[in-house]
Order: sequence, then C-alpha cells, then structure tokens
Amino acid sequence: MKTDHNLSYKSAFSLIIKRDLTIAFRHRDDIINPLLFFIIVVTLFPLGIGPESTTLARIAPGIIWVAALLSTLLSLDRLFKSDHEDGSLEQMMLSPHPIFILVLAKIIAHWLVTGLPLIFIAPLLAVLLHLNENSYGALMLTLLLGTPVLSLLGAIGVALTVGIKKGGVLLSLLVLPLYIPILIFATSAIDTAAMNLPYSGQLAIIAALFFGSLTLAPFAVSAALKVSTN
Amino acid sequence: MWKWLHPYANPEVSYHFIGKLLPWLAKITMTLLAIGMVWALVFAPADYQQGDSFRIFYIHVPTAILSMSIYLAMASAAFCSLVWQFRLADASAAAMAPVGAVITAIALFTGAAWGKPMWGTWWIWDARLTSELVLLFLYLGVIALHNAFEDKNLAGKAAGILSLVGVVNIPIIKYSVEWWNTLHQGATVSKMSAPSMSMEMFWPFVICFLAIAMLVTFVISIRFRTEILARNSMRPWVRELITAEGIK
Repeated sequence: MKTDHNLSYKSAFSLIIKRDLTIAFRHRDDIINPLLFFIIVVTLFPLGIGPESTTLARIAPGIIWVAALLSTLLSLDRLFKSDHEDGSLEQMMLSPHPIFILVLAKIIAHWLVTGLPLIFIAPLLAVLLHLNENSYGALMLTLLLGTPVLSLLGAIGVALTVGIKKGGVLLSLLVLPLYIPILIFATSAIDTAAMNLPYSGQLAIIAALFFGSLTLAPFAVSAALKVSTN
Repeated sequence: MWKWLHPYANPEVSYHFIGKLLPWLAKITMTLLAIGMVWALVFAPADYQQGDSFRIFYIHVPTAILSMSIYLAMASAAFCSLVWQFRLADASAAAMAPVGAVITAIALFTGAAWGKPMWGTWWIWDARLTSELVLLFLYLGVIALHNAFEDKNLAGKAAGILSLVGVVNIPIIKYSVEWWNTLHQGATVSKMSAPSMSMEMFWPFVICFLAIAMLVTFVISIRFRTEILARNSMRPWVRELITAEGIK
C-alpha cells in the first residue's frame, strides 16, 4: 500500500475495492459457495413441487428471486466479519477518510463478487424452470438493479450484528423484512413481462430503491459500525 | 420549553415523576376500559350486516392504529437518542418495543378472529394484513437486536438505527404490498373503507381507543421506570431507594 497521507477520496475508494477483491479471490470458496447454494435451492423447488412446466414457469420468478435473497444473506456475513475480527475495520474507521466512502467501496466489492455471479447464472436456472421467453430481459434487468439493493440493505444488518457472537440468525431476522419491497417489484416486473406488457414502471421503482439505498444506506451502515466497533 | 423540560432528562427526576403519574394513569385506564368495553360490547348497536361479531372492531381497530403509532414513537425516541444522546430516550424506546409487538400481535389475532366469520378465512394476503405482519417482524427484529447486546447503551443505539431504517421502509413496504395485492387479486373489498359509521357506534369506539391508548401508556410507563432502574442500578439514588424500600 502507498504511504501517501493525502490519499484522495477516489483513490481511497478504489484501494478498498481492490483490497476486498484481492481478499475475495484468495478465498474462492466464499464466492463459489453462495452461488452453489443459489443453484441448489433453485433445483430443490421442482423436486418439491413437481415437474409440470406450466407450474414451474408460473413460480419461476419468485423462486429465483427468493433464492437470490437467501444466497445474498448467506454471503453477507463476510462483508465486515473478518475485517472486524482482525482489527482492520477499526483501522479503516480511524482513517481520515469519510466512512461513507469506505463503506460504499466495501459494499460494491461485495456486490461484485456475490451479486454479479448470480446475474450470470440466473438465465441458466431460468431455463431449468421453463421461465417464459419474454421474461428473460426483465429477469436480468431486475437482478442487475435489485441485487445491489440487497447488498446495500444487508450491509446495514451486518454492520449492526458484526459485534455479536451469534449474529447469523439475527441478521436474517433483521434484513429479510427490509427485502420485501424489492422482491415484490422484481417478481411483478418479471410476471408482467411474461404477459408481454410493459414493465418499465416496476423497473423504475426498483431503480428508485437502488438510488435511494445507494445514497442513504451507507450513512446507516457507518452509524451502525460506530456502534458495533464502539 | 427546554427550560421546562430539562429536569426530566435526569433519570431520578423522571423516575419519581412517572411514579406520581402511575396511580392516575391506572385510574383513568381502568375507568375508560370499563366504560368503553361495556358500552362497546353490550350497549352499542349490532351491525346490520355483521351482527354481533362486528364488536371485535372495538379492540381490533384501536390496536391496529396504535401498533403503528407506537412504532413511530419508538423511532422518534431512537432518533432523539441518536442525535442528542438522550439516555432516557433510549430507555423509552426499549420500553416501547415489546409493548408495540404485543399490540401488533393482538391486532393480527383479532383481525384473524374477525376474518373467520366475515371473510370465511383466518388469513388472506390482503395488503393491510401483510403490512401489519411485516410490522410485527420489524418489532421482533428490534427486540431481538436489543437482547443480543450485553451493554444496554450499545443495544439501544443499535436498535435505534434499526428502527429508523424501519421507519424509512414502512411506507415503501406498505405501498409495495398494496400494489402487489392489487396486481394479483383485483379489487378486494376492504372492510375498513366501509361508509362512515353511525354516531352510536362511533362514540364507544372513541372511548375504547382512548382506553387502549391509556393502557399502552400505563404499561410503557411501568416498563420505562424499570428500564431507568436497570440502567442506573449503580447510582447512589437507586441504592438509597433500595435501602428505603427493602429488597422484596
């Protein structure tokens, strides 16, 4: 790392992203396991419900999105936990840069290693679930706009529970209710697309949620981190 | 106003002040509850369509309204404690969360009990029902987070942040759920938007609402006092109180 004390906001931001990505690629399991979880959860549904393609097509958007929520939840723990344990989180908070920037960089890095792979794998699973052909665009777009929201909102929950020993179950209790709007709008966009109707309204709302949480969530996260690291 | 309010920022002063209020609160609550419940359950006219089963309305609607007001009050207290570092605001937020959760659960339960004879089902995924259920989850999250911390001050701050995030989310959740429902089900007749009720039914409702609001205030006050004692257990005035009253 550079020893430049007058690091600009931009370089601090990109340094954190680079650092987090490097760490993530050194622990590849952390990237692959949530992805495998996503795939396995989705394959469980046809086994539980039955192989009729009409039923599966009807519930495919919901299954894919719920599985995406759960696998994001599974990977959230990594966001601050290891940094908190080895003390680097405190060092970051002591740095002269606004915590907002550092937190945002960490969340973006987290999305790059967990949200983005989901988007690439989702169409494949959609094929397995016989998703309506018109819906693929909507599925990709909602995932593209929606998964960052999952990371942003989830970061609040992780920041609140990072100091607690058994925070895992608690985290899901805190975060899942906050995910409800995104789930509703995403699945309804995909359903609307399946009927060949315009779904730009739902997409606009998801985009609004994205920008809203992009601007507000890092504040909540930094406040929560201050509480947790104390 | 600050001059008038600032003595109550002292835990000891507000502990004794609420102690003086409590008997009055208890009397008012008991009177209102007695009048309201007897009037509503015995003397108020039965609904021409729903018959006597509509009387659950007198418990259901007040609790449903209060479930949201308590959340707002809790979030305002959390906001005050986060911004101005009022320790007592923390204690009051901690006192309100479980009461709010219970009131929400009562609203849901009475709603289900009312829904069975009226709609023929315990539960439908109606927008109001769903958002009330989500509200219950938010309350439970706040309580769980509160219990997860050993240090009560930290717990208050963390739960405060969560309840503020929840306040931002409640309107979003509410509207998203409403939209979701209208997309899936078409028009559901909402019992709440029925034409405004007659005065004979309205007044007992007002009394019942005030009674349950006072009951909630009463319970929160008791919990608030206990929270103050728990948080200040090392202070001399609490010790004096213990030696004066004796350990029971």
